[in-house]
Amino acid sequence: MTDSPHGLEAKLAWRRGALAFDIDLRLPPQGITALFGPSGAGKSSCLRAIAGLERDASGRMSFGSQLWQDSLHRVFVPTHRRRLGYVFQEPSLFTHRSVAGNLDFGYRRAGRPAHLDREGLIDRFGLRPLLPRRVDHLSGGERQRVAMVQALLSDPALLLFDEPLSALDGAARGDLMACLESLHATLRVPMIYVSHNVDEVARLADHLVLMEAGHVVAQGSLQDTLTRLDLPPALGEAVGAVIDGQVVDVDAQDQLVALEFAGGRLWLPYRHESVGQRLRCRIGARDVVLTKAPQEGTSALNQLPCRIIAVADADHPSQLLVQLDAGGNTLLARITRRSWYALALAPGSTAWAQVKAVALGL
Amino acid sequence: MAWLTDADIEALGLTLRLATTVTVLLLLFGLPLAWWLAHTRSRWRRPIAAVVALPLVLPPTVLGFYLLMLLGPNGVVGRAMAALGLAALPFTFKGLVVASMLYSLPFVVQPLQNAFEAVGNRPLEVAACLRAGPLDRFFSIALPLALPGVVTAAVLSFAHTVGEFGVVLMIGGNIPGQTRVLSMRIYDHVQAGEYHQANVLSLCLLAVSFAALLAMSLLRTRRQTRD
Repeated sequence: MTDSPHGLEAKLAWRRGALAFDIDLRLPPQGITALFGPSGAGKSSCLRAIAGLERDASGRMSFGSQLWQDSLHRVFVPTHRRRLGYVFQEPSLFTHRSVAGNLDFGYRRAGRPAHLDREGLIDRFGLRPLLPRRVDHLSGGERQRVAMVQALLSDPALLLFDEPLSALDGAARGDLMACLESLHATLRVPMIYVSHNVDEVARLADHLVLMEAGHVVAQGSLQDTLTRLDLPPALGEAVGAVIDGQVVDVDAQDQLVALEFAGGRLWLPYRHESVGQRLRCRIGARDVVLTKAPQEGTSALNQLPCRIIAVADADHPSQLLVQLDAGGNTLLARITRRSWYALALAPGSTAWAQVKAVALGL
Repeated sequence: MAWLTDADIEALGLTLRLATTVTVLLLLFGLPLAWWLAHTRSRWRRPIAAVVALPLVLPPTVLGFYLLMLLGPNGVVGRAMAALGLAALPFTFKGLVVASMLYSLPFVVQPLQNAFEAVGNRPLEVAACLRAGPLDRFFSIALPLALPGVVTAAVLSFAHTVGEFGVVLMIGGNIPGQTRVLSMRIYDHVQAGEYHQANVLSLCLLAVSFAALLAMSLLRTRRQTRD
């Protein structure tokens, strides 16, 4: 990635209905960036603007060394020259073509690049038996998988995924999530992933852009941003730590796995993990109990020694958000003001974070 | 006993030639126009759509009359053409083609426009994200998806041109081999009291109209069962 130290940089403004957009984005050249925010925050429109589909967006946008848009100099690279892989929220396949015909649409136009493993992708996303089928007989999950491989096969330099899981239910959602996680591990191009679901974001993203009412309110690494104390209430229940660790033990009897990270070890419900694999888990601020000393006789399986970094008012006057350091990882605890004073906690003091294993099942 | 006289057969051939020419030309001309109407955000969209639809409500004789005025030796277009050394259009096959194209324009443009609007923007956006340029998107996505509309437009244009009378009467006249189409021939037969001949030719027109509607309906149901 030495030849393109910059990823996407965009300063754009446009209107969509009653919403005025003013976006200032700087995204890293690799990894998955989640565009996160409540419904109606304008995440999809932002993704469309990046793709060049919002024609009235004015400003400047570049990707790597390429200038995509510059209103001052009347530069506008049209969508089909931006090398994008766009997956829309509701699967949009070409109904006059078979599954194979859909997959090959972009692949052929990209010149069937040798470095793309067409057959491998088809197998990984389980599309082999679907190839000759008509697309209007596919299920929602199947359509979305076809749309993803279709986008990947067009040899994109930037992937844009707009809530690809939101139209799916239970099992289909789980399957596709697994596909996306495996994609994350092998992805060589950056991806922008729109979502309003914090669990999806916690499992997939490396970077986070928080949007609210057409504006970017925060951006940065996933862990740092989700544990900031100054985020607006829009983030709500999403605040909390994301722990990236390694599975070191599987207790088949109790159906639990142990996740080791710099701050200690966490037990969480077993979901087909195996020893040695990397695993992420999210610790919501609401699921953390603070104690002055390690407890005996508690049902909470996890107790982590922490140091209090900072404290801030939460959105409800009765509550505080406490930022904790656990071996270099930042945790967040939402506790009552009453507890804070009862325990005589203060920034710099030590505390123990209790986390129920039950709260860690995604 | 001859069902059709040589003159009848000549009129039949001329009519088919006229309808085919008009349909092909109208599709070539109507596709970009319908595309523009379906996708433009210009303030000229509505006025132009209204002009295109005008032949739907205008009496054919009125349309024919103004065309005659316009294209005739004293008309603006007629004079310009004469100045360019071009032959006058009224009372020629070419003039008939021009008049028929105007007359059948809405029957081509409206189904095409509806079809393009039904296809919508999304498939085109998906195609653009898959590296398809504007022309590529039109031919590989919009046109195939709008194909039922194209077929409807072609059938309507053909059938409508076959059946026209008023416009032909005004601008074409009744010149054998040039402008004497089937409907004129039927009129001639009736004037001459040849009801049997008129009946045979009328049945031909009836058959064409019926076949056109049947074809369209069959095509639509086959598409539905396939979907």
